[in-house]
Amino acid sequence: MVKILFFAGLAEKIGEREMVIEEAGNWQIDQLTEWLQAQYPSAKSELAQSMVAINEEYAERTETLADHDIVAFIPPVSGG
Amino acid sequence: MSDEVFDKPFVITEKPLSTEMAIQHVSNPKAGAVNLFVGTVREWTGDKQTQYLEYEAYDEMAEKMLQKIGNEIKEKWSEACVSIQHRIGRMDISDIAVIVAVSTPHRNESFEASRHGIERIKQMVPIWKKEFWTNGESWVGNQQETIAYPKGEPIDGGEANG
Repeated sequence: MVKILFFAGLAEKIGEREMVIEEAGNWQIDQLTEWLQAQYPSAKSELAQSMVAINEEYAERTETLADHDIVAFIPPVSGG
Repeated sequence: MSDEVFDKPFVITEKPLSTEMAIQHVSNPKAGAVNLFVGTVREWTGDKQTQYLEYEAYDEMAEKMLQKIGNEIKEKWSEACVSIQHRIGRMDISDIAVIVAVSTPHRNESFEASRHGIERIKQMVPIWKKEFWTNGESWVGNQQETIAYPKGEPIDGGEANG
């Protein structure tokens, strides 16, 4: 089970701020991204352009998820 | 103003920021300079008029990233002391959105380090700004909305939004 978080414009596009995906426990981030892109085609480019964090640390897209990870899709940031 | 949320040197909060507390965090007997960068809500961007802004953050990670920027600064300028506050939620024109405070023994390093701090915030801290213009609303992406992050993490040396 993996918890997914969405923010800002991406959360608005997807219509959810978080979701749980039971079977994503050993997926790569890339695989998760493709799965989400298939579910939410209107958010395809935003998902591709986002950075991804696993458990609050930026991660490479080739990284593999573990059960109970929290994955955040982070659209281009605009703080400051 | 004393508020325990500002007891932390790196903080994301909905409360109005405190320059006083930021200065207090970095003041120490070895410091000969305290540099404050204060980012405020701008009304006019070219001919577009902002009515107000809303900032959203991935709070827990954003605070960690502020701390990480503080550590980066200490690696480059070993005698620096750093405190960073970023406000989220709704903000009106001229409200303070961010404070980067750096103290160092001499002034030059304090300017450089505080500049480094604000630039890194704009690259890597998970905070998003939504502009409410007089004629609509929009999330501000990276400045041109053209940057993807193929390596997962934003690279050092990007450009700023002012």
